[in-house]
Amino acid sequence: MKWLLLLVSVAAAEPRSGALDMSRELQAMQADDSANPGMLWVQEGEALFHRAEGRAQKACADCHAGLAGVATRYPAWDEATAAPIDLAGRIQQCRAERQQAAPLARESEPLLALAAFVTRQSRGLPLAPPEDPRLAPALARGEALFRQRRGQLNLSCAQCHEERAGLRLGSALIPEGQANGYPQYRLEWQALGSLQRRLRNCMVGVRATAPAFGAAEYTEIELFLARRGAGLAVEAPAVRP
Amino acid sequence: MNRREFAAGALLALALRPAAGLATPEDQAAAIRAFTGGVVPREGRVELDIPPLVENGNVVPLKVTVASPMTTADHVTAIALFNEKNPQPQVVTARFGPRAGRAELATHMRLATSQFITAVAAMSDGSFWSTRQEVIVTLAACIES
Amino acid sequence: MARVLLNLPRSAARGAVIEIRTLIMHPMESGFRPGTNGTILPRDIITRFTCDYDGEVVFQAELSSAIAANPFISFTTVATESGTLSFTWEGDDDFRQTETRAITVT
Ligand code: HEC
Ligand code: HEC
Repeated sequence: MKWLLLLVSVAAAEPRSGALDMSRELQAMQADDSANPGMLWVQEGEALFHRAEGRAQKACADCHAGLAGVATRYPAWDEATAAPIDLAGRIQQCRAERQQAAPLARESEPLLALAAFVTRQSRGLPLAPPEDPRLAPALARGEALFRQRRGQLNLSCAQCHEERAGLRLGSALIPEGQANGYPQYRLEWQALGSLQRRLRNCMVGVRATAPAFGAAEYTEIELFLARRGAGLAVEAPAVRP
Repeated sequence: MNRREFAAGALLALALRPAAGLATPEDQAAAIRAFTGGVVPREGRVELDIPPLVENGNVVPLKVTVASPMTTADHVTAIALFNEKNPQPQVVTARFGPRAGRAELATHMRLATSQFITAVAAMSDGSFWSTRQEVIVTLAACIES
Repeated sequence: MARVLLNLPRSAARGAVIEIRTLIMHPMESGFRPGTNGTILPRDIITRFTCDYDGEVVFQAELSSAIAANPFISFTTVATESGTLSFTWEGDDDFRQTETRAITVT
């Protein structure tokens, strides 16, 4: 009996990818690069990665042979701004400083494409959030934001994604709300989108006002999501309903 | 959280769905008659692989396979797919010849709501064959406003 | 130019049936959806997809608004001769795009 209890609690502590909550057919679509529409963005990202840009007329590929494993470590601590930075922000930084090119808007097609191409190089690798003490305050704020009730429905992320994970909301199954599949081809969007866009949807879903893309609040939640999902395999570009 | 809160979330999602004038099963039947020239297709030879339960009707993967030797003398000339309750009954019509090798078509379709999907195959001997599948569409919860 | 993903073998044995999978980036705006101001957005879809093998049509599909955005189409053809497969998507607003792939048949 004691063993059984132990097993149950261990199992509950293991993070569970939202992919497992999808139909067999959508799992197959995600796994098949020739049917996963997100691969259109990955291909575009690859082209952009090899294109000389900005006043420096440098391509990402001139400096980076590959970026395998990098996406598993984001958000990370950014020395320059002394703040956490997510992968899209890091790409922007290289674009501004190393390519001397105009910034790309958050959620713009080229930035999504670059992020998809970079993240895909980590596909199958476990999320490995950095053990960096400088991230601790932001991580704590992220967890607080996750547990804070918000919106006209007065619900916290945790109330759905911890307390109700595995149950249904209307007809939709509530997943754990893991972050291992971004950028993601969400069928609802019929396009590729970032984790921030997904978080925005959940905020709007409880009728809360969502901060603008790029806000620190998102990076903090992203930090916490990476921590609670540590070990999950990167699935980007994932497919989700 | 209580039931009412959940219901509110679900209602929210429902309210945000665009309402469109939907086709009817009669429209589907008429479209099939137009495709076959009035011939009533026989049941069989056509296999329609489509998920019975769909989490989001925006992208529904499906595959149609027709049993045929695909020779010059005996092959599938067309496969057409019809729905009952999207705004229009036609989904896709594919033309085949013996050079296809196999009578197979896979695509991603949209489904406005739960309904029956019918696949019809036209053969080189002038016969028509069909099958149908029911698909239940559920809704995504946290959608964009 | 819309982004296209084509998956097919570069070479095949003569007579082999090869599978061809295609994705193209396109909104497939159905013509039934209201925009933000409430008026219906005009239809903008791909209406036809054609695959030629050395100039001969081997597969064609007429698409409707019920095909999902970023259309995926998969079909087969017999590898007959070394040559060129060409793929053409045509649609509303004079949309037209062609991609070609060489195939070696042994
Ligand atoms: C002129 C050279 C140069 C160019 C061009 C460049 N980068 Fe970088 N990039 C660097 C250097 C140097 C670093 C820092 C390495 C470090 O700090 O460990 C870096 C770091 C990164 C990182 C973080 C790596 C990590 O391990 O955390 C990412 C992601 C990245 N670049 C992506 C890109 C992308 C995408 C582009 C094109 C849009 C690009 N870079 C263009 C030089 C460049
Ligand atoms: C009312 C319940 C509810 C609340 C509150 C909620 N979500 Fe969600 N969330 C869902 C549902 C349901 C889904 C997936 C299915 C869907 O969207 O239809 C989802 C999906 C997600 C996903 C995508 C998971 C994947 O596999 O890609 C993430 C990430 C997420 N939520 C994070 C959050 C965060 C962070 C918050 C708080 C700001 C939050 N959610 C609040 C119900 C909720």
